[in-house]
Amino acid sequence: MCLGIPGEVVELHDGDLATVAVSGVRRDISLGLLDGVTVGDWVLVHVGFALSKIDEAEAAATLDQVKRLGRVWDEEIEAYSETQIR
Amino acid sequence: MRFVDEYRDPQAAKELIVAIKRLSDRLGRKLRFMEVCGGHTHTIYRHGLEQLLPEAVEFVHGPGCPVCVIPMGRVDDALWLAAQPGVILTTFGDMMRVPGGHKASLLQAQAAGADVRFVYSPLDALKIARDNPDRQVVFFAVGFETTSPSTAVTVVQADRLGVENFSVFSNHVLIRPPLEAILGTGGLQLDGFIGPGHVATVVGSDHFRFIPAEHGLPIVITGFEPLDILQAVDMLLSQYRDGRCEVENQYARVVLPGGNPEALRLLGEVFTLRETFEWRGLGYIPLSGYGLAPRYQRFDAERRFQVPGRRQADHPACQCGLVLTGQLKPWECRVFGKGCTPEDPIGTCMVSPEGACAAYFNYGRLHREAAAAFA
Repeated sequence: MCLGIPGEVVELHDGDLATVAVSGVRRDISLGLLDGVTVGDWVLVHVGFALSKIDEAEAAATLDQVKRLGRVWDEEIEAYSETQIR
Repeated sequence: MRFVDEYRDPQAAKELIVAIKRLSDRLGRKLRFMEVCGGHTHTIYRHGLEQLLPEAVEFVHGPGCPVCVIPMGRVDDALWLAAQPGVILTTFGDMMRVPGGHKASLLQAQAAGADVRFVYSPLDALKIARDNPDRQVVFFAVGFETTSPSTAVTVVQADRLGVENFSVFSNHVLIRPPLEAILGTGGLQLDGFIGPGHVATVVGSDHFRFIPAEHGLPIVITGFEPLDILQAVDMLLSQYRDGRCEVENQYARVVLPGGNPEALRLLGEVFTLRETFEWRGLGYIPLSGYGLAPRYQRFDAERRFQVPGRRQADHPACQCGLVLTGQLKPWECRVFGKGCTPEDPIGTCMVSPEGACAAYFNYGRLHREAAAAFA
């Protein structure tokens, strides 16, 4: 449940929102906990919020590891694909 | 080393394992490190880490699984909320299968006709409230400081948008009080901590200074890959070798000393510390849980619905409390794998994938294979 998953910011929107791609799945998340995020940044996403910025290499390595978690990853990405906050 | 081959950097892992063995031999004593976070517990079992390390290094599983520490009475309160007319109860997927009293879960309530929906984010719950203005939407909130800031933002947004049919049943808890409780009992011999990386992104690594300062034990904040945990063990052993005792941050690529200031500010604005809060396995701990601050009390589900505040003793056979406080290994529990399985859990530790029992149940085979490979 505490899983933070890396995603790439692909578009910024009004109201502190951004479209973030996690392993190809694009959904809107909140930037309400993190200032200074721009398109192209990689962020750690937790329950629909960007928690911290990470660099691209870290993001790739973390994503690779998280995907090895099997069912935990499947459930996380499935939940992410169902989020619809706008 | 086939278990090491799937690491990010197998060569680095192999070198670390050798270094840890050398350090451990040199120290010549048994050291027990508690990994606080359920995510770490998962990684340790998933990768058979215990078997890769010398016998003198032991992992003790800690209380940092937010789903696992929720007492049954609070689940019963959530079930009660879900049964109120007009209510849509929303929560994270992991909470759906947690049994309350009489083994009833939200998933069963849903099957029986209650409107219970699992959401990815508290913002999804707020969206459901906006889409259903004639219904009462309650968000059953759980989680440590990793998660509570997200609820805080959501409450601020509900306030700003005037979403009056939205409320929060807060079960948010703090990471420091259960650690103090475990250290204070003195019953558990610990030699250090593997600190929770994602909680630390919010609270900061400095938050854990009380562990060396007040309890004389080292702590290394670390990430969630097996390599991170191996590095943390190496750093803890190095502190013993050098006669140091401090907070070290192995996860500096993500965690700052002061954490996330905006998240901390929001926690202070939206929440207030409850006088006490019940934890599974640890009982009531003063100042360990967050309720809504007076300014946001109109979004407090406990006030809006006069939630009964049920108290429910754990299932008599369940030993989650001992597992959560590191006093019992999962497989030592009398119902492990027999009366209690991930499909039909009795205790919370078997429900969440981050629970020590579920992790061991799912990956115990790897654990045993790793043991055999290194025998």
